[in-house]
Formats: sequence, C-alpha cells, structure tokens
Amino acid sequence: MTSTMAVAPYTGFAASARRIRGVLRRHAYLIVKSWTRIVSMMYYPTVTMIVWAFVTLYLAPTNDFLRDAPGFFIGAVLLWDVLFRGQLGVSLTFIEEFYARNLGNLFVSPLTLVEYITGQLAISFMRAVIGVGGACVFAYLLFRFSIFSLGIPLVAFFANLLVFGWAIGLAMSGMILRLGLGAEELAWAAIFVIAPVSGVYYPIAVLPSWLQVISWAIPSAHVFEGMRGVLQDGAFRWDHFWAAAALNAGYLALGAAVFAWAMRDARNRGTLLQMGE
Amino acid sequence: MLNRAVDSAIVVVDLAKSYGAVAAVQGVSFAVRRGTTTALLGGNGAGKTTTLSMLLGLLTPTSGRATVLGADMPSARHRVLPRMNFTSPYVDLPKRLTVRENLAVFADLYGVRRPRERIDAVAADCDIVDLLKRPYGGLSAGQRTRVLLAKAMLNEPEVLLLDEPTASLDPDIGDRMRTYLERYQHRTGCTMLLASHHMGEVERMCDDVIMLRAGVVVDQGSPGALIARYGRGNMEEVFLDIARGRADERLAGSAAEEATT
Repeated sequence: MTSTMAVAPYTGFAASARRIRGVLRRHAYLIVKSWTRIVSMMYYPTVTMIVWAFVTLYLAPTNDFLRDAPGFFIGAVLLWDVLFRGQLGVSLTFIEEFYARNLGNLFVSPLTLVEYITGQLAISFMRAVIGVGGACVFAYLLFRFSIFSLGIPLVAFFANLLVFGWAIGLAMSGMILRLGLGAEELAWAAIFVIAPVSGVYYPIAVLPSWLQVISWAIPSAHVFEGMRGVLQDGAFRWDHFWAAAALNAGYLALGAAVFAWAMRDARNRGTLLQMGE
Repeated sequence: MLNRAVDSAIVVVDLAKSYGAVAAVQGVSFAVRRGTTTALLGGNGAGKTTTLSMLLGLLTPTSGRATVLGADMPSARHRVLPRMNFTSPYVDLPKRLTVRENLAVFADLYGVRRPRERIDAVAADCDIVDLLKRPYGGLSAGQRTRVLLAKAMLNEPEVLLLDEPTASLDPDIGDRMRTYLERYQHRTGCTMLLASHHMGEVERMCDDVIMLRAGVVVDQGSPGALIARYGRGNMEEVFLDIARGRADERLAGSAAEEATT
C-alpha cells in the first residue's frame, strides 16, 4: 500500500511533534502575515499600561507606597495581561477552528487531543509574549519601567499566570464546544470574574474575610501577592509561589478534563462535523 | 462472515445512532471489500453522513460496531486515521490561509514525507496548481471542492470516505476528478466509500451500492444488478423508486414480468 511510502511513522515523539507543529503552523501563518493581528494583540495591554502609568504619576507624590514602588501598577497590569492573553490564546485558537469549520478535518486526522491541546498552549504562549512583550517595550520607552526589574521571580509569576490562563482557556473552549458559538462571549468575559479576587491592584487583605478564602484558592491571588512582596520588600515569597503552582496543577487538570469531556460529548452529539459559522 | 471481515476494509454490524428519540441510523450492516468503491445512497436525512461520521470516529455509535482496516471506531481510531482520509461539504479549511499553507498544515498532521513535493503532486492531480498561492477564502465553490479533495489525497490513503466529492464541480472538472480517483484506486488498491447524489458518478465508479432510507439499509447490490432488479434503465430511476417508497411495487412488478417471460 502506498501510504506507508508517503507518510512517516505516526507513532513516537517525532510524529507527535510534527502534528503539534501542524497546529502551530496553522496559527503562525495567520499571525505572521497580519500586522493588524499583531497590533491588536499589543494594543489593549499597551493602552491599559499607559493609563495606569499616568495614574502612578498622579498619585506617587502623595502616596508612600507608590513612591517606593513606582512600577507597581504598571507591573500589575502587565502581569494581569499575561493571564488574560494566556486564556484568550487558548480560547480564540479554538474559536478560529469553529469559524473555519475546520474541526472535522482536524479530528479525522491522526492528531490526538493531547497534541491539539499542546499546540493550543504553545500558540497561547506565543500570543502572550507578543502582546505583553509589546506593552513591556512601550513601558520602558515611555516610562522607563522595565518589567525585568522584578528579576528572576518574573519567570515564576509569568509561568504561573500563563498556566492559570491556559486552565481557564481550556475550560472555556469546552464550554463553547458544548454550548456552541453563542457562548463565544465566555472567552472574553470569563477572566474578569476572577479579577476582583485576584488582588491585581490591591492586597488580598482588603477583601472581606469570606472573599479572602476564595482568593487564596486562586493562583493569580498568590502571584500578585508575591509581586507586591518583591516590589515592596524585595523578597520572593516561596510560600505563594508553591501555593500558586500546586493550585495551577489542579486547575490545569480540571480545565483539560472539561475540554476532554466536551470532546466526548461532541462525539456523542455529532457536533464536530456540523459546528461552524 | 469471517472471510467477509478479512477481505473487507470496512465492516459495519448493526450500527445505530440515535439523538434522543430520533433514530438517525438503525441497525445498519454492510461490508466494503478492499480495493473497491461502494456508494452509500439515500435521500437527505437518510443517514449517509451519520454513517460516514461513525466510520471516521467523529461520532460515537449508540450501538453496533464499525471497523475500518480492522480497527474499531471510534475507540481505536488513532491506529487507522493516518491511513484514511475524507472530504465532505460539511467541513472547510481556514479561509485566510493560502491553499499551499492549508495543505502544509495537513501534511504535518498526516506526517507526509517530503511535503513540498507531495503538495505539488496532489495540486497537479487535482488541477489546483494555479490556486496554491491564493487564499482559500477567495476560491469558488468548485475550486474549494478540489482543494478539499487534494487535502484528502495528501497521505495517499488506503481508505477514502468521500461525501459528495464532486458536488459543485462543472462536468469537465467533475469528470477529471473521477478519472483521477479511478486511476488512484487502480494504482494503490484504495478502498472508497462514496456518498453521492450524482447517479452517473455512482454507475461509473461504484462496484456496489448500499441504499439507505430513514436510517435503514433498504437494498444493496451492484449498480447493474439493482437496475436489473428494479427493471429500470439507470440508477437515477432506481434511486427514485426507493426514495419515493415505490421499491416494493417495482420489485413485485419486475418479478411478475420475469415470470411471464
């Protein structure tokens, strides 16, 4: 049979990597060829960063905390956007396949669900780096604030927020698969539900005690608390890091489980071939 | 039964799919011999696409069993999906990517060796060389159909499931695509299952025909045998007899005619 000549072995790491590259390639083509897409990725984080930078300039002369840590709001908004981009990167990648009516093609190919998810996460990383990276450049050019002033802990903050964004993105993708494109708004709105309890711009201690219990169950709350620790005291809080990492492991598994359940459900309801614009 | 399973690329036994109270496919059984082309015919809603979806592993059967190249679908689908492919009007490709970019993505997904050469080859076979640099979204329906067929041929499949593969093609291009598929089958021994509303295509390409109505197999046989059995001149007339519920009276009439002669 000729197919054995035409195609490489379909099992093993190399075969799997090639299929993940296929998922990446599909979205990289879109990003690379469209400057408007790149601009739109950087636009929101940059504009928000500029607003908070001016708030800092306005408040710093009368606020001891901001005088000591002038990059607090800028750092917070940039890190928040890592979470937002991480989630959007996963959800929008999936929505693109819906609009293209491409899910049927993808899932009759040898691509496994794990490979597809891996590809989604890689694209999300790429989008977060482009979007937040652009805003970071502007933060330095306009306000002389370097996100890298956070030092090595930045890597820990970035990784934890990105992974939490992935977890939410996978769960939202599952919901969209279950409910259809009518639920697309979830992809844009879901993240803001956790904003008040993440303590992006204020310490968790200001929340009512019952809300603090919820906050400590959310990885992003630990990250922003850790960020304040670095900016204020110059100390990296390992307890918050490990709490965020452990919670993320659970949330990522939960997000992937929701997505896998939605795929099984779609196979039962026959929606993979019919969903689209 | 054992021989049928060994000789068959596709075996379907008592396959059923229900959506709540609606039975889309009800206890369908058939086998498709290796290296042959079988048509799955029926009116709209007869269960053709549902059956194809279950064979592709896109849809989990309510009951029964579907195997392709010996692998149970959908549970063992990843064993055989690299050796299969399909085309359907129910799917599309990303519109902002060029045709070559789309094919390059699927070349990766199917693990195609020397993808550039292979894309050039299927593009020549499907008459889309001039379209390779154009965005898929800017193509006509007929051009898209050819691109989807090119995608389906990228991995040189052993089993090809074709859902209306020549719909929206003009007679000239449609004929060329049928010739290409026939040559491909002759060269590789590929097994094809074809859902089509084009009865000329069925008569020309298919060794066997399975007639579906309301999710049930109502008749099967070679196109020649069915035409003779119904006492008709072509598959179009046989299709109308079955689709309009005239099969029993035609068969009775045909049998009586045979008895008197």
